[in-house]
Amino acid sequence: MTAALQLDDLRVRFALGDGLVSAVDGVSLRVEPGEIVGLVGESGCGKSTLAAAVMGLLPPSTSVTGSVRVAGDEVVGLDDRRLRAMRGDRVSMVVQDPSTSLDPIWSVGDQVAETIRAHRRVGRREARAMATRLMTDVGIPAAASRYDDPPHRLSGGMRQRIVIAAALANEPALLIADEPTTALDVTIQAQILGLIRRLRDERGTSVLLITHDLGVVAQVCDRVAVMYAGQLVEVATAQELFDHPRHPYTRALLGALPGATARGERLAVIPGQVPDLAHQPRGCRFAARCALRTDVCEQAPVLEPVGASMAACWHVDQPLPSLGGAR
Amino acid sequence: MSTVERTATRTRRRPRTTTVVGAAVLAVLVLAALAAPLLAPHDPEAVQSTRVLGSPSASYPFGSDVLGRDVLSRVLYALRVSLTVAVSAVGVATLVAVPLGLLAGYAGGWVDSLISRPLDMLLVLPALLLAISLIAILGPGSVVAALAIAVIYLPILARVMRSSTLVVTRNEYVVVARARGAGHLRIMARHVLPNAIGPVAVQASVLTGFALQLEAALSFLGLGTQPPTPSLGGMLADGRDVLTQAPWVEVFPGLAIAVAVIAFTLLGDGLRRSLDPDGVAS
Repeated sequence: MTAALQLDDLRVRFALGDGLVSAVDGVSLRVEPGEIVGLVGESGCGKSTLAAAVMGLLPPSTSVTGSVRVAGDEVVGLDDRRLRAMRGDRVSMVVQDPSTSLDPIWSVGDQVAETIRAHRRVGRREARAMATRLMTDVGIPAAASRYDDPPHRLSGGMRQRIVIAAALANEPALLIADEPTTALDVTIQAQILGLIRRLRDERGTSVLLITHDLGVVAQVCDRVAVMYAGQLVEVATAQELFDHPRHPYTRALLGALPGATARGERLAVIPGQVPDLAHQPRGCRFAARCALRTDVCEQAPVLEPVGASMAACWHVDQPLPSLGGAR
Repeated sequence: MSTVERTATRTRRRPRTTTVVGAAVLAVLVLAALAAPLLAPHDPEAVQSTRVLGSPSASYPFGSDVLGRDVLSRVLYALRVSLTVAVSAVGVATLVAVPLGLLAGYAGGWVDSLISRPLDMLLVLPALLLAISLIAILGPGSVVAALAIAVIYLPILARVMRSSTLVVTRNEYVVVARARGAGHLRIMARHVLPNAIGPVAVQASVLTGFALQLEAALSFLGLGTQPPTPSLGGMLADGRDVLTQAPWVEVFPGLAIAVAVIAFTLLGDGLRRSLDPDGVAS
């Protein structure tokens, strides 16, 4: 079966003052139809750049190499007209903050209808009916009466439902959700995640869920890809990732969850900082912050099968010294 | 979608008192100008030797001028000309400036340079000098004065539109609209323009006041509206010589200019406040 999303050796480079900055560096990933894959990493690790590359939303000056296939069709190198036909139709996106991702002067219903009318020849009235149905589907009560409301009359959770309704309007093969719940309350967050999972179950939409929150991953994802400094360091099923994290970075991330340390103790942190994208170390990019670092880390590890997972590390199964004391 | 539907979804807030005052005064002025033929007690161009520099009275409330013409009637007719010139000048400038600024701000890069640099060059020239040069080439008159004023205000309005577009384009909903598959034209027309036009409306309102002043200045110099058509600037020029004997000839057109400029400024200020992003969320 054709994957909803297939990335092969995707590289994204920006020209920036003192040379090329590599934001995504050799990422290969597959999202099966109907699968929810989490893409996890710290701020600035290239998650959102990867999403923009899939959507073809990067500025023209950006160098994108490798292959991005959405439902079998290559995206890299498409002209603007073809990209436009693809966006919102075969792949669509939900972004972080629903208070800024809806245009304040158009009614919420019109913004859902806009997606439909951008891709299908339907009349105004028909688009309105379709949009109202979608709004009902994503759990907006009395959708017909909410249609003409401007975004500011809706709560954050309701707005994000509108954004999701607009994204799903044309039954895309793939939905990219870039931190869809970060700006929301925890209770609303759970509702939105439940909605994403329900829509996947009902419609078979594949989801690439970008987040820095492992709690979100645990709630909805089938598989997880962990990203560090533009590269994937571990790919595993969600179950496997939480039960047997392989890469020291993943293990450190899990160790740094507030629940992982005993009550009253100092929260565990990963020492150091994400390396500057313009000056990446030659070998393993995590080496400078890694407790298991040895000389072999001077060479870049590759993503290899480890048990049921894939991990890019020379020291996958060595025990990690306690993180609590590391400062 | 239609404008009616759109305004229905727009935020409504109570306007401030100053805005209401500004709008009300303007409405009175515009109505007075429109109804000048009905309101004017006398023919504004009728010369009457028996009424030379007559002081204000019941039938000549604003007095009469050097040629015995009724000042009130002349002010009403002059207001008509001045408002027409000011509004059409700023209107034309806005119509040209908005698409230019929108395109410059949205496209950026060389398109921006191609549009902005020539406008910057216009901006460098002193306003009155530019107007006088244009009139020197095209000849004096209301239409040329309006055109000159439009050319002067074009770069200002285009700049406001451009910077406002730059701000709006950075909003996430613009990226989201692209992610939905909307084309550039559609995004500019539907998402950027309506969100970016506010500051231009404010600027246009304030500039209309200044345009009125500029028209008066040009007419005062004899470069704008030509006699015998009454104009506020022309009346100021007429009254200058008799200021000590018959101040009413000078004072009333001067007052009309001042009131109109203040009203436009108040309206602009009110518009600015109502467009202030603070308080947008309900």
